[in-house]
Amino acid sequence: MIRFLFRRLMWFVVTMAVVMSVSFFLMKNVKGGPFDTERALEPAIEANIQARYHLDWPLWKQFLHYTGPFNLDERGLGGSGKKLWGGVLSGDFGPSFRYRDFTVNDIIGQALPISALLGVVSMMWALALGVSTGIASALRRGSGLDLALRLAATGGIALPNFVIAGFLIILFVFLIPLLPVAGWGSTKEMLLPGFCLGLVYAAYVARLTRTGMLEALSQDHIRTAQAKGLSPRTVVLRHALKGGLLPVVSYLGPATAGILTGSLVIERIFFIPGLGSHFVNSASNRDYTLAMGVTILYTVLVYTLNTVVDLAYTLLDPRIDLAEEA
Amino acid sequence: MSASKSKRFDLDEADAERLLREAREHKGISLWQDASRRLRRNRPSWYALVFLIGFGLLSFLAPLLPLRSPVRSNLDITLSAPTLDGGDSNYLATLDPQADSTTITREIEKDYWELSGMDHGLISLRRGIFGSWQTGHWLGTDHLGRDLLSRIVWGSRTSILVSLAAALCSLLIGVFYGSFSGLAGGRIDNLMMRIVDILYSIPFIFVVIFLITLIGDHRQVLEEEWGLDREKVFYLVIGAVYWLTMARVVRGQVLSLKHTEFVQAARVMGASTLHILGRHIVPNVLSVVIVYLTLTIPAVMLFEAFLSFLGLGVEPPRVSWGLIAVDGTSAINPLRIHWWVVVFPALAMGSTLLALNVLGDGLRDALDPKMRGKE
Repeated sequence: MIRFLFRRLMWFVVTMAVVMSVSFFLMKNVKGGPFDTERALEPAIEANIQARYHLDWPLWKQFLHYTGPFNLDERGLGGSGKKLWGGVLSGDFGPSFRYRDFTVNDIIGQALPISALLGVVSMMWALALGVSTGIASALRRGSGLDLALRLAATGGIALPNFVIAGFLIILFVFLIPLLPVAGWGSTKEMLLPGFCLGLVYAAYVARLTRTGMLEALSQDHIRTAQAKGLSPRTVVLRHALKGGLLPVVSYLGPATAGILTGSLVIERIFFIPGLGSHFVNSASNRDYTLAMGVTILYTVLVYTLNTVVDLAYTLLDPRIDLAEEA
Repeated sequence: MSASKSKRFDLDEADAERLLREAREHKGISLWQDASRRLRRNRPSWYALVFLIGFGLLSFLAPLLPLRSPVRSNLDITLSAPTLDGGDSNYLATLDPQADSTTITREIEKDYWELSGMDHGLISLRRGIFGSWQTGHWLGTDHLGRDLLSRIVWGSRTSILVSLAAALCSLLIGVFYGSFSGLAGGRIDNLMMRIVDILYSIPFIFVVIFLITLIGDHRQVLEEEWGLDREKVFYLVIGAVYWLTMARVVRGQVLSLKHTEFVQAARVMGASTLHILGRHIVPNVLSVVIVYLTLTIPAVMLFEAFLSFLGLGVEPPRVSWGLIAVDGTSAINPLRIHWWVVVFPALAMGSTLLALNVLGDGLRDALDPKMRGKE
């Protein structure tokens, strides 16, 4: 276990190094910066701006300053001398290039809770819908219900979430005015975006649950449990479900990653001021520090969540040995 | 087999002859024969395949169909509902038939965008067949009064082309990387797969968006020096993202095939490496590759729609399904419900993606060696 975590940590460092350096050098190689305006700036002003964001430094120095392994700043290596590292390593993503009075940390601090909440709501939708329909379909295998649910699941996978969002907005906002069309804050406002975002994953979860449950229900210990005279309900919920949900657990990692990135679109449709909309805006505004900050943050999140899911998997399935997997 | 050889196995001549005859009479079924038979028996997949072929033809022959211009807007009839009228005869009505070919080309491209020579050929064939007759607004119009039917058909071309090209691109990278890794084995294999693992844990959508906006700045250089327009860059970028799973799958397959009994048997019988590769490894890898290809295409199609939604995909005047769907969702408003701008693009996209998914699943079952000869 320790060894597994250690190896994961090592690969994490490598991954982060790759992500940071690739995006940093790509970004620096681009013509046209965030400060290009229609009117040419006075040379003195431009020099000032360049100095403010350290754009006048050589590239390697900027990179070190941004990532911050030696706490390099105006005063040279070691900087203020209090800390051994600064920059991204200390969780400081630097100032935003576009929103002049904000640092990237301020913006992330505002937007991340919103995106995280949206993610949690849609994950709950995905699991609740997916697991329940998956079990229903496995128990009534081959019936009309099973067929209908499977067809709906394939449809849910096939349509892009913004199209589904369009349908649902027409249905639940305009035809049957139940829900607000956009905005963020109240529970009512979270229902629709969460549902739209979670639907695709609900479809996958339903598929996985169905297969997993069918497999689990055909096992010997289920027959034993039935022979013991346990009620069908206990057999399904206590004995079959544990094994049947294993594939779902391993899917949670990719699903979380997908929900995080899928929120780019959903946040735009429902005008939710989350991290996704900030990222898209920052990329088109060339607000490089913000775009990089969000990319790095998401990489960390996805990596951590995947590791957690792998750990959870071993807790559920004792047959898996992490030392081998790592 | 000669008599002396059969003696070695303690068989007499008659026995050996009988065995050989039996073996000759037993007619083997190739993987592909078996797969196509099973695919045909799997009704949904078969229908999906037929649908896709039909749809592919329709979209390929779009210039031949008497459709309206997909880009010409008419602000008098914005967001008009679908009607089943008989159409009109205004298609390229102002075009002077006596004009020279460059003028004609230019005039036609005003109603489309830069078209290939073959498309121009198809359009002139269409003008020969249908004259200046064009369909009515059978599926309604969008917020600029453009014909939805024509946009959907022409958009399918872009979407299908982008997804095919990107999927093929990912296939090339994935198959080369994966088979090299699998064949090399050992340390090289380990290292190559670690690199794939690292790439897997990068949230690619962010990187792609980042890349595409960056490439936007280098556009002129790319176009002039490398001959890459935005669409080609698009295929390459998406292909460069989607090869990971393909590489993993191919590598796994090659690795397990290397040690299978039939490959070892072939080796023992003295077959050359080339023969083993061609007869045993490639066909078996190919089946997995095809399955993943049919599953990659819908994924890419969705991704194109996703990028178009964010304004980073295909650029107007060209149309793609992603763009049409975006126009549709942005036309939603509480006062009047223009259902057709949402429903028809969604139907076209949904049915194609559904068919691709069903076909992919069917192919996976049909090509699964464990299911061979079974129902």
